Amino acid sequence: MKHVVVVDYGSGNLRSVSKAAEHVAAADTRISVSRRIQDIHDADAIIFPGQGAARSCMHNLIEAGIEKAIRQAALEKPFLGICMGMQVLMDYSEENNGVHCLGILPGEVTPFRFPAHLKLKVPHMGWNQIAQTQAHPLWHGIEDNSRFYFVHSYHVQPADHTLTAGITDYGHSFTAAVAHNNIFAIQAHPEKSGDMGLKLLKNFLNWNGTP
Amino acid sequence: MGLAKRIIPCLDVDAGRVVKGVKFVDIRDAGDPVEIARRYNREGADELTFLDITASADDRDTMVHVVEAVAAEVFIPLTVGGGIRTVEDVRRMLNAGADKVAINTAAIFNPGFVQEASDTFGNQCIVVAIDAKQVSAPDEPPRWEIFTHGGRRETGIDAIAWAERMQEMGAGELLVTSMDRDGTKQGFDLALMRAITERVSIPVIASGGVGNLDHLAEGILEGGADAVLAASIFHFGEYTIAQAKQHLAAQGIEVRL
Repeated sequence: MKHVVVVDYGSGNLRSVSKAAEHVAAADTRISVSRRIQDIHDADAIIFPGQGAARSCMHNLIEAGIEKAIRQAALEKPFLGICMGMQVLMDYSEENNGVHCLGILPGEVTPFRFPAHLKLKVPHMGWNQIAQTQAHPLWHGIEDNSRFYFVHSYHVQPADHTLTAGITDYGHSFTAAVAHNNIFAIQAHPEKSGDMGLKLLKNFLNWNGTP
Repeated sequence: MGLAKRIIPCLDVDAGRVVKGVKFVDIRDAGDPVEIARRYNREGADELTFLDITASADDRDTMVHVVEAVAAEVFIPLTVGGGIRTVEDVRRMLNAGADKVAINTAAIFNPGFVQEASDTFGNQCIVVAIDAKQVSAPDEPPRWEIFTHGGRRETGIDAIAWAERMQEMGAGELLVTSMDRDGTKQGFDLALMRAITERVSIPVIASGGVGNLDHLAEGILEGGADAVLAASIFHFGEYTIAQAKQHLAAQGIEVRL
């Protein structure tokens, strides 16, 4: 029996994530939502969602007492960051006048900045395309430039561009997915991205954590 | 290549069933929310919006169950509106599986609620619904005001100023409905849509009056909307979402096909 834990730290739409994962999970895979350190330690894989602002997200993570457990999990087992769960993996976010994040991946989180004449709306909300910039097991069976559902006002800028696994264009091109060893993280919401999103979640559940 | 314009079918829900009012009176029954949601997802709807039109406290639990049932089977964004008055109402809907809540009347009586909800859950999940009616005479420059109670009660609030204020208070998106056009099938109030989309920097959903596929395209091309919302043209099978998308694509509008 494979056990996948969706980490609950009071930031995000956990029900949607866990329901979507359950929808595509094999019979021998159990999905649970938890914030217990023991469950995170024992899990075979971790889904790390997140929504809302960076400061409250980091605050909730520390309050829940699971920061260390998350760092450990991110070193050793298949780990999927989603939306804010991707952003807080970085060193630092400019949101809320600056927030120090987990620093598991090198880089920063910055707001969309584009010339006013482009008149682009923020949040970047809706279905946009992800161009796959490296082959990865989580892209298996997902056509390049498939559309995923995004809703965010900040985006990650990895210090090392080889971390980038996918890019999206909104005024400028930004990193929409990162991959590093056993970690894959995506700015879009696979749990809300219809069939393509479900495919990515299924790929994650089948993934052994090697790139 | 880039962000697609969205097509959003809207499901009015009364006591757990989908209905659609013509000008909010004369209601017809159009079925089971989960069935309809599943069908729209298959056809390629970009999001779904549920409006709880009874909005009485007794039926709030029913709505929570509707959202739970839909969210367990349909994996696209869901917005829920109608009777959202407290942070606790927002929390219940988000926990049930909604991605966004639409706040309408409560924003008018307590604008601070929008800010509180936005600060608590993030602006990405706070939609402010604006029901506007033209109040200027035909020979005057157009002016719209906010109305409540399905367009029956005036508030004296200027709709454009209100849209800007709601953005400042933390709305992540606006759902703008013309009460003059709702149910008429004559198309969006494009002047209203343009007046608002030109003044705010958050996404705007155009609503009220869609009777054919050209209306959807006009809302985007002339109204400047980021998304278009319609109900009856989809519910009664006049057009499928897929037909609507193809129609928009043929006019050079980027859509998710």
